Amino acid sequence: MRYDVAIIGGGVVGCAIARALSRYELEVILIEREREVGFGTSKANSGIIHAGAHAKPTELKGPLEWAGNQAWGPLHEELGFGFKRVGELIVAVEEEQLDTLEKLRQQGVDRGVPGLELWDGEQVRAEEPNVSEDIIAALWAPTAGVVNPYEATLLLAESAARNGVTITTDRTVTALSSDDEGTWRIDTEEGVAYHSRFVINAAGLHSDEVAALAGVGDFTIKPRKGEEYLLDKRLSGIVSRIIFPCPTPTTKGILVIPTVDGTIMVGPTAEDLDDKTDTSTSEAGAEQIFRSVQRLVPGISRKDVIAEFAGLRSISSTNDFIIGPTAARGFINAAGIQSPGLTASPAIAEQIVGFLDDEGLKLRERDDYEPTLPHPARFAQQPLDEQIRLAAADPRFAHLVCRCEHVTEAEVVEAIHRGAHTLDGVKFRARCGMGRCQGGFCTWRVIELLARELDLDVTEVTKCGGDSWIALEREDVADPTEVAPVREEVPT
Amino acid sequence: MITTQPRQIASAYDVVIVGAGPAGLAAALGAREQGAESVLIVDREREAGGILLQCIHSGFGLQYFKEEVTGPEYAERSLEAAIEHDVDILTDAFVMDLTEDRRLVLMSPEHGVVIVRAGAVVLAMGARERTRGAIQIPGTRPAGVLTAGLAQKMVNLHGYLPGRRAVILGSGDIGLIMARRLTLEGVEVAGVFEIMPYANGLGRNIVQCLQDYDIPLHLSTTVIDIHGHDRVERVTVAPVDEELTPDASRAWDIPCDTLLLSVGLIPENELSRTLGVRMDPLTNGPMVTSAMETSVPGVFAAGNVVHINDLADWVSEEALIAGRSAARRVTGNPHPADNIRVIPGENVGAVVPQSVSSDRPHRISFRVNRPILEDAVIKLGDVRRRRVRALAPAEMATINIAPRLLESFHGDALRLDAFAAAEEG
Repeated sequence: MRYDVAIIGGGVVGCAIARALSRYELEVILIEREREVGFGTSKANSGIIHAGAHAKPTELKGPLEWAGNQAWGPLHEELGFGFKRVGELIVAVEEEQLDTLEKLRQQGVDRGVPGLELWDGEQVRAEEPNVSEDIIAALWAPTAGVVNPYEATLLLAESAARNGVTITTDRTVTALSSDDEGTWRIDTEEGVAYHSRFVINAAGLHSDEVAALAGVGDFTIKPRKGEEYLLDKRLSGIVSRIIFPCPTPTTKGILVIPTVDGTIMVGPTAEDLDDKTDTSTSEAGAEQIFRSVQRLVPGISRKDVIAEFAGLRSISSTNDFIIGPTAARGFINAAGIQSPGLTASPAIAEQIVGFLDDEGLKLRERDDYEPTLPHPARFAQQPLDEQIRLAAADPRFAHLVCRCEHVTEAEVVEAIHRGAHTLDGVKFRARCGMGRCQGGFCTWRVIELLARELDLDVTEVTKCGGDSWIALEREDVADPTEVAPVREEVPT
Repeated sequence: MITTQPRQIASAYDVVIVGAGPAGLAAALGAREQGAESVLIVDREREAGGILLQCIHSGFGLQYFKEEVTGPEYAERSLEAAIEHDVDILTDAFVMDLTEDRRLVLMSPEHGVVIVRAGAVVLAMGARERTRGAIQIPGTRPAGVLTAGLAQKMVNLHGYLPGRRAVILGSGDIGLIMARRLTLEGVEVAGVFEIMPYANGLGRNIVQCLQDYDIPLHLSTTVIDIHGHDRVERVTVAPVDEELTPDASRAWDIPCDTLLLSVGLIPENELSRTLGVRMDPLTNGPMVTSAMETSVPGVFAAGNVVHINDLADWVSEEALIAGRSAARRVTGNPHPADNIRVIPGENVGAVVPQSVSSDRPHRISFRVNRPILEDAVIKLGDVRRRRVRALAPAEMATINIAPRLLESFHGDALRLDAFAAAEEG
């Protein structure tokens, strides 16, 4: 069959585009190389919905940041992912930074961002008693928020799928060609080919390679690594707003983030790399982050870390978003989406819809479009009488799986039925394994539930797809002919 | 394994115990023996017994049962004793909330969400393992990095292997036991790496689990990097200096598909913190009296939730005290309040209990911060001195104190010191 639109890349940008297009009577496919959507850069995002004042008006980033910011509230209502408009404080510790705060305030005011206020040190500490005595002023931006980026990405894809978009994973695009009639052929490493009138390049870190496959490789993408450290829930509430240092021309700096789930996260670093696969964390990164955040909130220390991870931002050679049609007919870029890309993603999606309209794609709204998703049940967050009612109706709600985050079997089963194929997939949907024991208690329970619900052997369950196996058969019980050779060899 | 799922949960019990490991089971026995009429144990696992069930090696029980048994045998004996004493044991269940007036909210697939009131509560939640996040090993985040205890559960309870070639970081007892266990299962153990200049596990485990199997133990060496995208492919290890800083210039790579972590245990005190009991930063557990009572009246604690023990036997003995004290409280016959605090002094990391009374004998447990290799002295204020062969951080030490020693003591605190006899002067 020929699709109307094929989206390459299932990060938050690709999934937002897929969901925006699902409103129309179109045949749309999203092609993702990982086992599940959001498993690339999006899962490691800081999860900040920027206030709208940060990006310069001269860049594409500026207007899209503010437009995107306003879209997150309605999206949260419709899809039910974790989102809170907690606001942000950009703090100054030196007199010369006051100018920067004022410039940011003016930039926001010009764009129509409401509620911006300059606070003195006293007022900052009255509102956030645990911040440093050294802070002399701050720009308060109530429009900023925090979101679970992986959850948002998964639910955007799920909403798109429920409205008819085909989501295909474990497919790596290797070739693109178009014929005389304007149909693109998309070949994949797995041997499956797709045909589509339009191709949207939302391939993140690999969007320069995908553009080159289409013959329009006029930009490059370099990864910029950001390490993040998640802290124990004990520190929950040490700040209630996102705390930013005063930005420099190259970075927004290292933040203290009160996440949607009540944990505190600190980061990210900003390190330019060549290797698009290097998501390692480092001792140097940890030192830099904790040195930096202790200047903002002295009560934070490394002993409270429960997990660390790193993600790679896609920095284009233009240092701005690259969005729009190209010299190759029907091939449209949504590339180079660096910060504030998560914030901007809903606005980027609408912009892509606009480009498709301009290019002559007929957009007729579906009669049966359903914008809302059933909101995942969060047992632990329910009041006691509701918990009693849920448990009486379904005993799986009274069966604990993850004891740090108090996740029940009913929630894990729901996550699996809504698309989780892997341990990480369950973790990102239901929070199993995100707490302080980091899966020590629940890992095996989740493996068993994945195996049971998806009719797999436990040895087939993976952490995140590919070769991320978890358990092997014992020698004495295994049939040697059934052991995959790749698992027998120790890679060196 | 025997289980007793009560057909129904009463709305009130004399004593409710959280956790059915060695601490919870012994506390139940102690409570019943001391006169508590109704005792309920709640455990989140499918079977009672706690971590003992996955410890299929022997070496348990020499003290408590006067006989060497395996972990599951130790669990079974403890469970049988509890069952003989008509204790209700609810497994596959979880305590969601516990308030200061001892109201517990429980969940269980069979009984749903129920509220239970307790005359006394014993916290016996045990401990959890420290993870990669807690020690912040740099590198990628592939599958194949797991705690030694999770690997033990996979192999011993479920019959699967965690990998084909493993490196073990940390010389805690579970890591040492797993080095041997994996070797016996045909998994190659490339070595055990310990950042400290001395091993963290029991001496007998170094001999029986490593030396007997020619598994190398690298002291003052740690993992500084993890490599691999989907699955662990290799780790980088490096020697450390006296400040524990790795020397990257002397690092080397070890191909492996698995990294097991045996880097310590953390008392499991989520519930205790919710309740607001006073915690001891030195043990990471609740402060307890000699009756094993926490700062919240009627709430007792015992075992690894209070402090990390080396032996299940000690846990059981301590929990008997907690259970008896809980029963004494509900039967209106509590011990008199403690009148003497015990304070860690020279080279002593933490003490349990943190206070004692002068009316009955007590045993004080502690750990030293630094090893004393020979001829050590333990000194408790001016009332007791004891010479021992050696003291090591890996091995919990004890000192007993009897009422007669306190006859002429009129202070309100005793300091516990440990030092080498040669340094005295």
